[in-house]
Amino acid sequence: MSLDLSRFHQTFFEESFEGLDTMESALLRLDPASVDAETINTIFRAAHSIKGGGGTFGFTAVSAFTHLLETLLDQMRSGSRPVTGELVNLLLSSVDAVRELLNAARDGRPANLELIAGHQTALEQALANKPSSSAPAPAEVNPGTTSAPAATRGWRIRFAPQAGLFRSGNDPLRILRELASLGSLSAEAQLPEGLSLAEAQPEDSHASWNLELLSSASEAAVREAFAWVEDECELQIAPLPAAEARPALTLIQGGKTEAARDETPTPPRARSGQDRRSAGESTGSIRVPTDKIDVLINLVGELVITQAMLAQTGANLDPVVNERLLTALAQLDRNTRALQESVMGIRMLPMDFVFSRFPRLVHDLAGKLGKKVRLETFGADTELDKSVIEKIADPLTHLVRNALDHGIETGAERLAAGKPEEGVISLRASHRGGSIVIEIADDGRGLSRERILAKARSQGLEAPDSLSDAEVHQLIFAPGFSTAEVVTDVSGRGVGMDVVKKNILALNGQVDLASRPGQGTRVSIRLPLTLAILDGMSVAVGEEVFIVPLAAVVESLQAHPEDVKTIGHSARVVRVRNEMVPLMALHELVGLEPSAANDRNLCILIESEGRKLALGVDDLLGQQQVVVKNLESNYRRVPNMSGATILGDGRVALILDAGELVRRLQPAVAA
Amino acid sequence: MNSPVFDSHNAAIAQAGSGPTEAGVREYLTFTLGAEEYGVDILKVQEIRGYDTITRIPDAPDFIKGVINLRGTIVPVVDMRLKFKLGRAEYNEFTVMIILNIARRVVGMVVDGVSDVMQLTAEQIRPAPEFGSAINTRYITGLGTLDNRMLILVDIEKLMSGADMALMDAHAQYLQ
Repeated sequence: MSLDLSRFHQTFFEESFEGLDTMESALLRLDPASVDAETINTIFRAAHSIKGGGGTFGFTAVSAFTHLLETLLDQMRSGSRPVTGELVNLLLSSVDAVRELLNAARDGRPANLELIAGHQTALEQALANKPSSSAPAPAEVNPGTTSAPAATRGWRIRFAPQAGLFRSGNDPLRILRELASLGSLSAEAQLPEGLSLAEAQPEDSHASWNLELLSSASEAAVREAFAWVEDECELQIAPLPAAEARPALTLIQGGKTEAARDETPTPPRARSGQDRRSAGESTGSIRVPTDKIDVLINLVGELVITQAMLAQTGANLDPVVNERLLTALAQLDRNTRALQESVMGIRMLPMDFVFSRFPRLVHDLAGKLGKKVRLETFGADTELDKSVIEKIADPLTHLVRNALDHGIETGAERLAAGKPEEGVISLRASHRGGSIVIEIADDGRGLSRERILAKARSQGLEAPDSLSDAEVHQLIFAPGFSTAEVVTDVSGRGVGMDVVKKNILALNGQVDLASRPGQGTRVSIRLPLTLAILDGMSVAVGEEVFIVPLAAVVESLQAHPEDVKTIGHSARVVRVRNEMVPLMALHELVGLEPSAANDRNLCILIESEGRKLALGVDDLLGQQQVVVKNLESNYRRVPNMSGATILGDGRVALILDAGELVRRLQPAVAA
Repeated sequence: MNSPVFDSHNAAIAQAGSGPTEAGVREYLTFTLGAEEYGVDILKVQEIRGYDTITRIPDAPDFIKGVINLRGTIVPVVDMRLKFKLGRAEYNEFTVMIILNIARRVVGMVVDGVSDVMQLTAEQIRPAPEFGSAINTRYITGLGTLDNRMLILVDIEKLMSGADMALMDAHAQYLQ
């Protein structure tokens, strides 16, 4: 056999890691006090497919280990083993072990055998502990593919409705569905011999059924399904002998236990993977490489530009003569925009993508730190561009760690301060205008002004007592700053808030921090929804057009000549409401000739990283959304520019990098 | 926007490399800069275009005219006449831009004019002597002769990725 399985490995690993994530989140949801059968089933299914995949692709270590896990889960599922907190913890750590095994298998390195062996022993011990109750054998994994246990009795039903069934408002399908809810139903439909479509009456019921119901339901329960049609059909119900051959046509699979009233209570049964899944788990998705989507986005960007060119040409046409053309153009405009929005939407992922990693993090860290912490998340379905989401995960993790480690006090401290023992960390995501705001809040001790000031001074930072609270809070974003008295395993490893801030600024975002001593700290991050589209203000300099990111624009103004002052020989400042702001002519910066009409002193005031700068421009052209294009793919980085875009007329316009502009100018102005 | 002249060239470019050529025969796109005639490997040529609106780039050498929008891709344009101080750096409807595809990048090159596509066998190519061409001899792979014409064959990939062209970031050059 020469079938090369290795090309499927990548998919196997991707799916398995996803499965592990599913297991983890379901395990954390699992509450020993009220066990939800479906949650256990979710965990079981994930473990089962990892085991299956591991076996198929020859990762025997993975499948052997997962088998133990699966056995344990099976007992939990069948109700023969009670769900306890310890068991959940054991399973969580086993998830880690499987992850390690998978990582090792993917990287082709030997796994950490000590770790695995430890977990394996723990699992085996847990399994050796015979479950207390002697419940019946575990339910089948998939009622559709495995044959029913011999003990299960069922019913053979012959159901032949009269032709007028439909006219009395009955529907055989509804009855079949009801039967299917009692157990595993198979149906064989029969049409009268010699029935031709030409003769058949659409309002008549022609078909009859031979049904086999594998269920523990009583005959009365089965008969009840036919209650409405009893006198309109021929109905025979007979008990099914054991070890019956499989029926020809499987119509509906599935199992439900509520109906089994008069029988012995059965364990929660597995729902087969195909029929019923809770809406949140699988909403039908396909796996597509991101570069395919990027190509699509580029093409749509092109289409939008072409459409804009057409619209410009169309605007010059006589509206009476070209009415139909102009109507079509207007329709094209709408369709293009709708298309662009939907295509951009493909890249959007829910915040849950990031939030879902935190319950585990908080669970583990709180345990390690000996604190009681509850994590609350809001707005996990808020959508954000994939590229932004990937880059926001690390800063958020850092902030959550910080909140746990530095923010939330120990239980004793909290009780002494008159707060509930359990601390709360909340993660909140919401859309505001064209941005997303993510908040990380804790109800811990808050920032201590004195400690920050002392620490800042010991680090050689300028920190006079006159600083406002907000300014003091800003100090923690200074490089290398950490207020933790003890450098713990959890945070305070030298990577500080400055990195968080830098990462967020790199995404064109903003960070704000609010804190009250004794009441907690709230960090809010504002981010653009996508990096592929930018809200910009287009300005003219000479013949060229430049785009200034709208996020950086504070205002545009026409300065009075007397408000512009020259300092030294070249540096200029402009007074904006009693604030002196450095002024830089954009045409000098980019080496262009200004247009003749440049005596209006038009300025755009931009702000980035807390510093302001006025840019002198020739003209303000307006606001527009632009598709950001990379300059580096065919050229190289251009100083002061973050990228380029294509304007409606097909020309290229450069996008200014506000952060770089203020950083570059600051020393020159200070000198 | 493109004239039929470019289209016929583009058809030739599209044909090149697809049709069977005899062993040892290579095809070159020839263009003129001032009085000299140059040839580049046609497999490096993506297409030929007329002059487009070019957006200037700050802090770039004068021979980098700026960037154009080539069907949604931002492509830098080099004016070879400025780079090698040859020909008249004028821009009118006859100005020609050769779009090259080198080292997985796209670059536009403005020249005085595009002549034709020539097939040269190995015997027709002589090693380049040390001589005073406007282009540094290290970028010249040889001299091609056909009838009375002499072609200066240029390693366009090496030329365009050279540090003095300032077309790539240093790390991108390192990766080449």
